[in-house]
This record gives sequence, C-alpha cells and structure tokens, in this order.
Amino acid sequence: MVHESQQMSGRDFKESGENMKLEPEKMIGMYQTMLRIRRFEEKVMDMYARQLIPGIAHLYIGEEAVATGVCANLKSDDYITSTHRGHGHCIAKGGELKIMMAELFGKTTGYCHGKGGSMHIANIDLGILGANGIVAAGMPIAGGAALAIKMRKGSQVVVSFFGDGACNQGAFHESLNLAAVWKLPVVFVCENNLYGISVAAKRVGSIQDYYLRKASYGIEGCKVDGNDLLAVYEAAGEAVSRAREGKGPTLIECKTYRWRGHYEGEADRTFLYRSKEEIEEWMKKCPIDRFKKYLLEKKVAKETNLKKIDEQIQAEIEEAIEYAKNSPDPNPEDALRDVYCE
Amino acid sequence: MREITFGEAIVEALYEEMKRDERVFLMGEDVGPFGMIYIANPKLWKEFGDERVKDTPISENAIIGYALGAAVTGMRPVADIMFSDLLMQAMDQIVNQTAKIRYMFGGNIKVPLTIRTSIGGLRRAAAQHSQNLEAFFVHVPGLKVVIPSSPYCAKGLLKTAIRDDNPVMFFEHQQLMRIKGPVPEEEYTIPLGKANVVREGKDVTVVATSLMVTRAMNAAQELEKKGIQAEVIDPQTLKPLDKKTIFDSVQKTGRLLIVHQACKTGGFGAEIAAMVAEEGFEFLIGPIRRLGALDVPVPFSPKLEDYVVPNEQKIVKEILEMVGA
Repeated sequence: MVHESQQMSGRDFKESGENMKLEPEKMIGMYQTMLRIRRFEEKVMDMYARQLIPGIAHLYIGEEAVATGVCANLKSDDYITSTHRGHGHCIAKGGELKIMMAELFGKTTGYCHGKGGSMHIANIDLGILGANGIVAAGMPIAGGAALAIKMRKGSQVVVSFFGDGACNQGAFHESLNLAAVWKLPVVFVCENNLYGISVAAKRVGSIQDYYLRKASYGIEGCKVDGNDLLAVYEAAGEAVSRAREGKGPTLIECKTYRWRGHYEGEADRTFLYRSKEEIEEWMKKCPIDRFKKYLLEKKVAKETNLKKIDEQIQAEIEEAIEYAKNSPDPNPEDALRDVYCE
Repeated sequence: MREITFGEAIVEALYEEMKRDERVFLMGEDVGPFGMIYIANPKLWKEFGDERVKDTPISENAIIGYALGAAVTGMRPVADIMFSDLLMQAMDQIVNQTAKIRYMFGGNIKVPLTIRTSIGGLRRAAAQHSQNLEAFFVHVPGLKVVIPSSPYCAKGLLKTAIRDDNPVMFFEHQQLMRIKGPVPEEEYTIPLGKANVVREGKDVTVVATSLMVTRAMNAAQELEKKGIQAEVIDPQTLKPLDKKTIFDSVQKTGRLLIVHQACKTGGFGAEIAAMVAEEGFEFLIGPIRRLGALDVPVPFSPKLEDYVVPNEQKIVKEILEMVGA
C-alpha cells in the first residue's frame, strides 16, 4: 500500500523526464553510479554484520536515484552538503570507493584519516562539505558556501541534501529564508523517505508535502518521484540552472523510501514502526530496476553491457575492501593531531 | 599616544582587516547602517556597503552556519552575535560544526572564522542579556577563546583572530565599549596565547579577565596604600592559555586570586585554579581563591545586580584575607 503522503501527482509534481534527450553515455553513467551506491551499501551491510566496520552506518539503499540524479547535474567544483545517510551523496559527487571504505574501517587512508567515519566523510577537492551527524546542520553550511560563491561572483552551485526530519528543524527555516533573501545559488533537496528513525513523518509533520514550504520563502520548488532517476535528474537540472543563472534557491522534495533500518543493526525493531508489506511494496519500486528496464526498452544498453558494468563494480568493491583491510590503523596519538591548524 | 574607545578599536581592526584582505566580511544583526548595537558606528557599512557588511535576519544558527560555510570555501567571515546569551541559539553550529569540522575531516580543511559577541551585563538588562558565557567555549576542543580588556588589546587581538585559520570566539564587554585607552596609529597585532602583566607586584597574583581587569587594577591601587603589592595578569586569551606567565607570577608571589564576572561555579577560574594546584602547588603559601559572580541568573534591579558581581571592595577584602592583613 502506498503511503498517502507519497502521492505522485498534483500541481507541482514533476512528471518523469523520460522524454528528455540524453546522451547514452550520460544515462549509462548514471546507471553505473546508482549501482555503485547499491553495491557499496550492500558490502557495508555485510562488513557491518561481520563487525569489521565499527560505529554506526546508515545505508542509502532504495534512495540511489536522488543522489545520482541530482549530482549528475553538478560539476566537480560545485559543492554538496550531505547527511548522516551520506554514502550515496559522496559516491555520486565523485568519492572513490576505496578511500570511502578505508574511512569506514577507521584507517589512515580514509578521506578523514579515520577521524570521521561514516557520518563525516568529506573532501573539499571533490566539493563534498561533509556528511553530517546533526539533522539539518548541513543546510546553513550549504547556504554559506553559496554566499561565498556569490561574493566571489563565481558560477558554482551548492546542493544541500537533507531528509524529511530536517524539515522540522529551525535550521531548515533559517537556511531557506536567508538563501531566498540573498538569492543564493543553492538547491535544497529533501529526501523524504517517510521516517525520522522510527517516527513516521505523518505523525510529526503538520504537512506531508514539504516542498509546499517554498511558498513561505517565495522561491521555486517541486516534488518529484525520488525513485524515478530521470525525473530527479530533470528537476534538479532546472534548479541547478536557475541557481547558476543567479535566480536563487529551489526546494525540491524527492519522495522515496529507505529499505534498510535507520541504522544497520536495527533489524529486530524494524517492524515496530513499519510493516513488511510496506517495505516490499517499495522494493518493487526499486529505482535501479526501473531505470534498467528503461535502458533496455529504449535500447540504450543491452543486458550483457549492464551485467558487465555490475561485474566491474563488484570487482571495484572487492578492491576497496582489500584496500581498506590492508591499510594501516592510525597511531593512537594521531588523535591529538588536526584539532587546530598552525 | 592618541586615545580611542574600545568600540572604535574594534571598528578600526575590522576596517583595517577588510581593507587588507577582500575575503574578510562582517555579518550579523544590526551591523549595517545601525553600526552594531553597542558600538553604534556605521563606518564599516559606509565604507564597504551591504556586500561586505551584511545585516542578517534574527537567525543566529544561520549566521554561524552561513559564516562557517563561507569560511570553509575560501572566505574569512566575522560573524557578529549581539549577546553571548544569543550564542545559545547557535550552539549546534558552533560546538558540533565549527569547532569540529577540521578534525572530523581529518585536518583537510581550514576554518578562518571569527565569532564576535558581547558579554558583561551591568546595564540592568537582566538574565538573558547580561551573561558571561566564555567558559562554555573553552570546554570545546577546536575553538580559540579571546577576551580583551582594553581598547589596545581589543584591536590587536581582533586583527590576529581574523588572520587566524582556526575558529576564534571573541568576547567584548558591553561596559568597556565606551572606555577610552591609548591605541597607536600604526599597525600592530597581539598574538593569541600571550598573557599581559598589567601591573607588577610581589605579594599576590590576581588573574582577571575583561572588565574585571579594570576592577582588579583599581583594587590594586587601593591595596598599594596599605603596602600590599598585587600583580595583575590579564590572560587575554583563555584558549590557548599562557600558562607560563601565570606560573612565573605565582612562583614569585605565592598567592593566587582569580577574578571573573562569569558565575564562579564552573567558571574559567576553576580551570586556572586546578592548573596551578596540579602543576604549581609547591609555589603556593596559601589557598587559591576565586571571585566570580554569585551563582544566580543575573538579576535586573541595580541593587541586586551589583550585589552579585565582583567589585573593587570584594577584591580588596579577598586579598587582605589572603595576605593576612
């Protein structure tokens, strides 16, 4: 049963962008990105269950079309801010799997040299201003990066990813208002996956379509089927262009769903707040299967090509695991470094 | 030497740094034509305009978050939070983001962000506009904490803070804003982590911050008449802290009194006292003493507020007891 708040219709619903003219390479590239995210997360799930990854891991499985469709519109010097569920955003923005995996393992070769872990992967050269453990905290940081771009008269844009939970934080309001007032080149992308940990959005939100809040800030916005890659790609493309042209921020809400628990290890409590049927219903709407079907139907790719892509990705992930396992642990006293710069 | 007010010194520091480096800009509530609440000087806005002197909505969390986002992408913002009380609205961005972002990211990022705010009270502004909350921030690794006591150090320290590649919290006392003091015309800076021996003396070391430096100096003059020589030390920066200057002084005098306007319990005085007890116990000839505000929210009525804040009489009384006079 489809949750009533995930209605894929209405005045501001962006229809699927399937009629867009896209280069086959671009489409294959996006398919590859989604699959890299999926396979990476599956491997993390496995490693986590084997207790090879310490700490907390929040997986992005089921939401791959959002990060992929949005970031496919970005250049390498554009910025993103991410969330606690950030692996997908980082991969889509160009993060190398082996360096990400090394970070998850807490190794010196990771993006943060083992100081950040899953929730803080960041790389300024890739424009990744950090996954973030605090809900909505990336939103003002994204606004600030956009302010810096505008002050420098640059042409970059910033994308801020956040979830439905963030929409009820004060930082959401403060960030959108200021971005609108200063007409900043930032795109706010809400990944509405229906739950803040265990609490259904409908139980704690006064509205279910958060994009409607665009009206409060006098900005553009829309909702989109977050499992429809091309629809996300197109909606984000319009927003990114608007930002680059100096026309200010956009609020996009992507309706999607996380297949896994809020965190790995939640399994025993998952059915306390949602049903098996609901999860299965959403698994049928797998964004990767959907796009794969499209690529085959439109003869953009053959089954054998896609299979080969999958094999390559699996090999890349095995390499990433080997790299992470074989990388050195930090020295305990490394804990004292990098608090301040000289 | 010419004399200018503390507020003018702050404006001069900002003006010079904004002229020196186009990445420096100021953002906050009422920083534009209104010229900042306490300083009341629109010179910066007149010179640099809305582009670099940015009035913001009353959104403290966004002020810090936006400043942080700009700082990590190549700018050198100065965020102005009108009262230290209002920093509480931005605690996530200060404590969880600004302070930690460099460390969490493995040292691959710089955070040249200065956060200016005001402390002090004694303006009969009651419990939500009078607090001295500097000690909170000393507790958070990743932040530097600066607390000037005169126009001279305000200017020199602020210029250094703006040039620092780390986040610096800068606490300006509301009661000092219109106080005048000598400030050279020529360029100078004051390093962070260097204490100032404001007055030399052999009988007792008084470590005081912000407005309490003035009060400690007045008390020292009073004590002088009784033949007691107090050495007054202004740490100027609480983090990094110039331990050596404090230890050298305590070694000389054998007595230590710490005075700050923040509440005594959990105040920075506790840190200095613990530090000297741990590492300089053998220098002491008597117990360390602390004077801070009484542990109550800042009250409104002048009689009440004056009662809870340390003053010259209290400092003199404390020192007389310490020296056994």
